[in-house]
Amino acid sequence: MIDLCSLTAVELADLVRSGEASARAIAEAHLARAHAIDDRIGAFLRLTDQKALEMADAVDCKRARGEPPGALAGVPVGLKDLLSTKGLETTCGSRILEGYVPRYDATVIERLRAADAVFLGKTNMDEFAMGSSTENSAYQITRNPFDPTRIPGGSSGGSAAAVAARMVPIAIGTDTGGSIRQPASHCGVTGLKPTYGRVSRWGLVAFASSLDQIGPFSRTVRDAALVTSVIAGHDPRDSTSAPRGVPDLLAALGRDLGGLKIGVPREYFVEGMDPDVAHVVRAAIARLAELGAALCEVSLPHTEYALAVYYLVATAEASSNLSRYDGVRYGLRVPAASLDQMYARTRAAGFGPEVKRRIMLGTYALSAGYYDAYYGKAQKVRTLVCRDFDEVFGEVDAIVAPTSPTAAFRLGERVDDPLQMYLADVFTLPASLAGLPAISVPCGFVGAPALPIGLQIMGRQFDEPTVLRVADAFERAAPGARRSPEVLP
Amino acid sequence: MSAATDRYEPVIGLEVHAQLLTASKLFCGCSTAFGAPPNSHVCPVCLGLPGALPVLNRRAVEYAIRVGLALGCEVRRSSRFARKNYFYPDLPKGYQISQYELPLNESGAIEIEMEAGPKRIGIVRAHVEEDAGKNVHPTGSPTSLVDFNRSGVPLVEIVGAPDLRSAAEAAEYLKELRAILMAIGVNDGNLEEGSFRCDANVSVRPVGQAEFGTRTELKNINSFKFVRQAIDFEVRRQSSVLEAGEAVRQETRLWNDARGETFPMRSKEEAEDYRYFPDPDLPPVEVDAAFIDRIQNEMPELPSARRRRFVKALGLSTYDAAVLASHPRVADYFEAALAEYGAARAQGAKPVANWVINTLMKTARIDGLEAIFAVPAAHLAQLQKLVDEGTISLTVARKVLDEAAERGVAPAQVVEEKGLCQVSDVAAIEAACRDVIAAHPAEVEAFRGGREKLFGFFVGKVMKATKGQGNPKVVNELLHSLLGA
Amino acid sequence: MAERITKAEVVKVARLARLELTGEEIERFSTQLAAILDHVAMLERLDTRDVPPTAQAIRLEAPMREDEARPGLGRDDAAAPAPAWEEGCFAVPRIIAGDEK
Repeated sequence: MIDLCSLTAVELADLVRSGEASARAIAEAHLARAHAIDDRIGAFLRLTDQKALEMADAVDCKRARGEPPGALAGVPVGLKDLLSTKGLETTCGSRILEGYVPRYDATVIERLRAADAVFLGKTNMDEFAMGSSTENSAYQITRNPFDPTRIPGGSSGGSAAAVAARMVPIAIGTDTGGSIRQPASHCGVTGLKPTYGRVSRWGLVAFASSLDQIGPFSRTVRDAALVTSVIAGHDPRDSTSAPRGVPDLLAALGRDLGGLKIGVPREYFVEGMDPDVAHVVRAAIARLAELGAALCEVSLPHTEYALAVYYLVATAEASSNLSRYDGVRYGLRVPAASLDQMYARTRAAGFGPEVKRRIMLGTYALSAGYYDAYYGKAQKVRTLVCRDFDEVFGEVDAIVAPTSPTAAFRLGERVDDPLQMYLADVFTLPASLAGLPAISVPCGFVGAPALPIGLQIMGRQFDEPTVLRVADAFERAAPGARRSPEVLP
Repeated sequence: MSAATDRYEPVIGLEVHAQLLTASKLFCGCSTAFGAPPNSHVCPVCLGLPGALPVLNRRAVEYAIRVGLALGCEVRRSSRFARKNYFYPDLPKGYQISQYELPLNESGAIEIEMEAGPKRIGIVRAHVEEDAGKNVHPTGSPTSLVDFNRSGVPLVEIVGAPDLRSAAEAAEYLKELRAILMAIGVNDGNLEEGSFRCDANVSVRPVGQAEFGTRTELKNINSFKFVRQAIDFEVRRQSSVLEAGEAVRQETRLWNDARGETFPMRSKEEAEDYRYFPDPDLPPVEVDAAFIDRIQNEMPELPSARRRRFVKALGLSTYDAAVLASHPRVADYFEAALAEYGAARAQGAKPVANWVINTLMKTARIDGLEAIFAVPAAHLAQLQKLVDEGTISLTVARKVLDEAAERGVAPAQVVEEKGLCQVSDVAAIEAACRDVIAAHPAEVEAFRGGREKLFGFFVGKVMKATKGQGNPKVVNELLHSLLGA
Repeated sequence: MAERITKAEVVKVARLARLELTGEEIERFSTQLAAILDHVAMLERLDTRDVPPTAQAIRLEAPMREDEARPGLGRDDAAAPAPAWEEGCFAVPRIIAGDEK
C-alpha cells in the first residue's frame, strides 16, 4: 500500500482526480500521522480534524458529481497561524489574540479553498512572525525534525517542520526577512518567498507591511510552483498587490540551465560563516555550472547594511501595525479602572518580550527627533540595497547564495541575545528589502546527526519562473540533498 | 479689557474638516449614511481587524481634487498617505490614515468680502484623511461606548493660513469656505451633524509686531455664532494675559457655549508625538493631467463668480447676491425661476430675488445640499408675471402663492378659479365709490374740511367692497375726482 | 561611547507605545536597545544626501476603487470578538472629559 504521507502535492492531487485515492483517505492518513508524531515536534498549534474531513468530503462529493476537482484536489495544507481563517481561531502565536476567531478569510485561504485544498490546521510560529527560531511563540516551541534539540528556524517554523515531518505535503508560511527561506533551509524543505506584490496580503496579519509576503513550503520545487500558481495573482483588496498576470510557473520546470548567467555574490561568503555550510553551498553552486549555467562572481556592496536597515524599517512598521491590539474590539483585555491603564496592561500582558522589544525599537525609530536619523536613514539605505540588485541583475539572471550562515542552532542558544538571533537572517534580508523572489532548496547536510543546509536562489522582481527553474534543475541533479528526518518513522 | 484688546492684533488660522459626500468610506465599501444604529456600517477594514487592508475610494480623491481646484491650490500629481499614530478608543487601528509630507493639494487662497473690501486668505493645504469613530459617555456609567460607523468616512482637512485678523473675518472665511464646498457638491455644510467642523488657532501680538504670539487651539466650535464668540473671547483673554505681563500658554482649549468661555483641556504630561510615516499599505496616489483637467472641466460655478454675475448681469444688490449664492440650490432655484420668467430677465431679477429671499427661502426645507421649495420655479415665474401684468396685486399674489403651494397647482389656476383678477372696470369701481361716499356723509364732510388723512379710509372701504380686487390705481383716481369736488 | 538610549527614553517610548514595563524590563530593554542601536549606527557611515527613500520595493501606484457602498460585517459579527459590548457599542473604561481630543 502506498504511504500517502510520503507523496507530493502533485501526486496526491492526481490520485484524487483519477479516483485512486479519496480526499478523505488522504486527510485521515495525514491527520493520523500528525496526531502520532506532533507531540514530539510541536509543528501545529491546532489540528482541525473535523474541518479537514468536511473539506475532504466536499472534494470527494465534487468529484462524485462529475465536477473536475481543483489544482490542489484533496491536498492537505498546514496554515501559518498568521493567516486570517474564517471560523478558525487565529492567534499569530500571541496571547493577545488567544481565542480570536476571524470573521473573514485571507485571499490565499479563499484561493486554496477554491483549488480544493484541505486545511489540516494552524501551524506554530514566532509571535507575530517576529523571530528566527519559533521560540517566541506564546504557546509552544517547535522542534527541528532532524534533531529535536534544535530549532526549526522561524518565524514559520511550524510550517517548515510540518512539511519536513510529512504531516502535510504543503504548508503556507510568510516571509518578512527570511521567515520562509530560513526555516526551509533548517528543516530540509523547499520554501519560496514570491516577489513582493505577487501574493495578496489581504488577511495576512501584518508584521511589516512593506516586506511581508506569503509563500509555500513543500518537499519538491514542482509542488512549490503548483501552490504558488494557485495563490498568486492580483487582488483588488490589497493596494500593494501587483496588477499583472502570473506566468505559467510549471512550464519553467524540467529544463537545464543552458543560457543562464548566475551570479555568486562575494559578500555572502564571509568570515564567521560556518565553513562546513560554505563548503556544501559552494559544491551546490558548482553543480549549477554542470547543468549549463554560466557562473560569475558579483558584488552586492551594501549587503552588510541590510540587517540595520531591516531592523529599523520592519520594527517601525510593526510598532504601528501592532497598535490595533488595544483591548477594545477583540483579543485580550486586562480590566483596569482607567483607559490608559487598560491599554498599557493589556499590551504588557498580551505581548511577549521579542514583540515588546521590536515595538519599543520601532516606536523609538519613528519618534520626534529620531525619525531622520533612524527610519528616514534606513529608507534611504534601502534604496542603495535595491540598487545593488538592479545593477547585478543587469548582468545575471539569478543570484545564488547560502540561505543561512549556519545550520539549525540549539533550542535556547540565542534567546538572550537578540542581535545574535537577528544575524540568522543576514542572507535572507537583502532580497526582502528589494522585494525579490527567492527560494531555499535543500542542497546538502552538515554534522552528525546530519542537519540540512539550504541553497538560496534570488531572481529579478516577478521572475519566479527563473528562480523555480534553477531550483528544479538543481533538485533533479542532486537527489541526495533531499532526505527524510531519520529520527521520525 | 477692551482697552487692552485695542493694543493687540489677533492672528487667526482655521482648520476645517469637511466630510466628502461619498456613498462609501475612504478605504472600504461600508456606507457613510448618517444615523444608522451604532456599529452597523462596519467591516474588517474600518474596525481594524487583523489582516485587513485599505483600498482608496476614487470619488473621494476626485472630490478632494475639486476642493483643491476650487481653493486655487496646486494639485500634486503624486501624493502620499501617512499614518498618524496615537491611541484612542475611537481610532481602531491605533493610527489614522492621513496625509503628511506630500498632501494632495497645497498653496491656494480664497477671497472674502469685508466692508473694507475684498481680502485674500491663504490656504496652506487641503489633504484627504479618514474620520475616527465616535465615543459616547452615558451619564453615570463607568464606561464609554464606541461606535465605528463614522470610522473611515472620508474627510478633507483644509488648513487655512494665519491671515485672519478678526473674529468677523474668521466667520466670513468659514462661510465662504462652506459655500464653496457646497457649490462644488462635495459637502453638505452641516455643522450640527459634524460634517463640517472647525478648529481655530488663535494668537495675539502687540500692534506693529511682526512675530506671531503663542497660539492656542480652540476646539468644539460647532456654529458660526460660536466661532465669533469663541474667538472674541479668546482674543480678549489672551490680550489681558499679556497686558498683565504674563505669557500665553500654548494649549488646546474647548469652547463651552453654555458659559460663553473657552477653557483649557486637561493637559497631558507629555506632548503628543504622532510618529507620522508613509503608510506602507498604500502606494503613492498618482493623478495625471487628464484626470485633473476632467475634474476642472466639470467644476460648477463657484459662489464668488455667481455673486459677481448676479450683481453685474442681473443688477442685484451685493446683499441679495450673497444671500442667493450662499446655498447652491437656492441660487439654482432663483436662476430657474428667472429663466422661466423669460425675455426681460434683468427686469424680473429684482422681484424674483425678493420672492426667493423674503418668502421662499423662509419656507424651504433645506437639508444639507438638498432644498425643497414651496412651489416649482416655473410657478414662481408665473406668479411674478401675473403681478407685472396687473392681473393681481402684490397682496393678492402672496395669498395666491400660499394656495398654489398648498394645493400644488399653478398660480394662474388659483387666480382663475377664485376669480381673483383685479377689477379695472371703471364703471363697477365708480359705483362702489359712490356707494361708500353715500354711506359715510360725516367722513366726507370732515375730509372736505381738510382732514386729508381720511382718504385712506375711503380707499379701504372701496377695496373691501371690491373684495380686494379693485385696481388700486383706478380706485385712487376715481375717489380723488369724486371727493375732490 | 555615549549611551545610545537612556532609561528615561525607554520609559518615554514605552509610554508612547502603551506598554507597561517592569523595572527589570526597563533595565533589560535599555541594554538591548542600546546594543541594537550601536549596530544600526553603521548606517551613519553612508552618505545618503542624494538618495531618495524607498518605502516600497516594487513600483506601484494606489489603485482606486469605485464608490459603491456594500454590506459590511453586521453588528453580530462585529460584537462577537469584543471584550466588552454594551448597547450596540464597544465598551471601554470611561474616558475622562479632559482626554477628549
